[in-house]
Amino acid sequence: MTAVAAVAFTPQSYKSDVKPVWCPGCGDFSVLSAVTKALAKLELPPEQVAVVSGIGCSSRMPAYTNCYGFHGVHGRALPAATGLKVARPDLTVIAAGGDGDGYSIGGNHFLHACRRNVDMVYIVMDNRVYGMTKGQPSPTTEPDWDSKLSPHGTGLREFYPLVIALASGANFIARAFAGDPNGCAELIGQAIRTPGFSFIEVLSPCVTFRPEQRDWKAMAHPAAVTPTDDPARAARRLMTDDGFNIGVLYAGSRSPYRPQQAPRVKPAELEKEFAL
Amino acid sequence: MTAKRSQSKKAATPTKSAKRRVTRSAPPKAGFGDFMKQAYAMELEAATRYAEFADQMEVANNREVADLFRKLAGIETLHAKKILEQMGWKTPPADLAPFRWEGLEGPETGEHNDLHYLMQPYHALQIALRNEQRAAEFFASIARRALPPAVLDAAREMAGEEREHVELVKDWLARVPKPEKDWDVDLDPPNFND
Repeated sequence: MTAVAAVAFTPQSYKSDVKPVWCPGCGDFSVLSAVTKALAKLELPPEQVAVVSGIGCSSRMPAYTNCYGFHGVHGRALPAATGLKVARPDLTVIAAGGDGDGYSIGGNHFLHACRRNVDMVYIVMDNRVYGMTKGQPSPTTEPDWDSKLSPHGTGLREFYPLVIALASGANFIARAFAGDPNGCAELIGQAIRTPGFSFIEVLSPCVTFRPEQRDWKAMAHPAAVTPTDDPARAARRLMTDDGFNIGVLYAGSRSPYRPQQAPRVKPAELEKEFAL
Repeated sequence: MTAKRSQSKKAATPTKSAKRRVTRSAPPKAGFGDFMKQAYAMELEAATRYAEFADQMEVANNREVADLFRKLAGIETLHAKKILEQMGWKTPPADLAPFRWEGLEGPETGEHNDLHYLMQPYHALQIALRNEQRAAEFFASIARRALPPAVLDAAREMAGEEREHVELVKDWLARVPKPEKDWDVDLDPPNFND
């Protein structure tokens, strides 16, 4: 008989009883699976993890975990997550959402979350479409994507989230693919362990409005380069990126923002400022 | 409302992943115990995925396929338990490292991508068939390696079991109706983007 160590947490330990209402075949199922696998691997107790989101299909994530959760306002996952992490630095904070929520409605928050470099993970499930509202083009939709809601395409250049994240100061930048939930879990685990703001873009097909994205499984490929901590090198890589490189594309060493625990000013002193 | 195909036919036919995905076995560590842990991880991952598929089909109100996936999840769970019993492990091993496969996932694990909300038992069994075929090949490939005799014996035995499962699924497939040509036509489709 072989002696084996007992398991502390399994992915199931992090799943709630609520069944996801995503369309069968949706990439977000794999991302949920990857998140739970990563948390189990890191043996983080569910009560020490918070999942925060905005609005959209992928933003339903908090309901499907039994960690602490906050399903907030459209585009505002990051401010809520930032506030939570600053107030409760002991928690592992994961913000999750989609490309519309994160890059359009929440675009400005994305820039400043990268800049602030608060220690948390931001997972964007990018399917290049607004799925919940029936298929409008999102910031990452290709300019020539033809649909009834965007005849002949928008003609607009896509948003490049990884480049923006690097330029704005994110400390860890990676791309994952929903068709590889184990690889995705590994990246999420690395992101959690890396101090500072960690951004993971997950290519997560929308099988309903973008059925052609099923072909991503033949297009996604491991990045042929090793992770770099040199922003200039990372920038060159990201600017020539084909959009399907999977792996850690930048891992810096910038210290995360940590506010002083004790207030710098006493309330009485503040009151003096407002004395008439 | 005009009846339309719910998604593009090419995308809706859940048959692509078998051709693309070649799951090679991650090299097992030297010992028999490590090999059995790997086998257990494979069965567990397969069972978990079938359960997820069943949940998805339940939510999509496709009860027949949900029941089928639930049954498959139960079968894989039994296989996993059998390994625990065989090894005398009272609890599942902690160091399963679910990211161990050289391919994207374990050989017996179905892909989310292959699901369709209107799929029929035939499609579900096609997924199961491919999974069992990959599992048989996985163990057969280990049995061809230069590994300790205990590992080779176990790998051969498991490859044989998986081949039996292939035949069982084939029999099962023969008993379910083949889908009609327009199985994915939905009178009230979610997608108006075509």
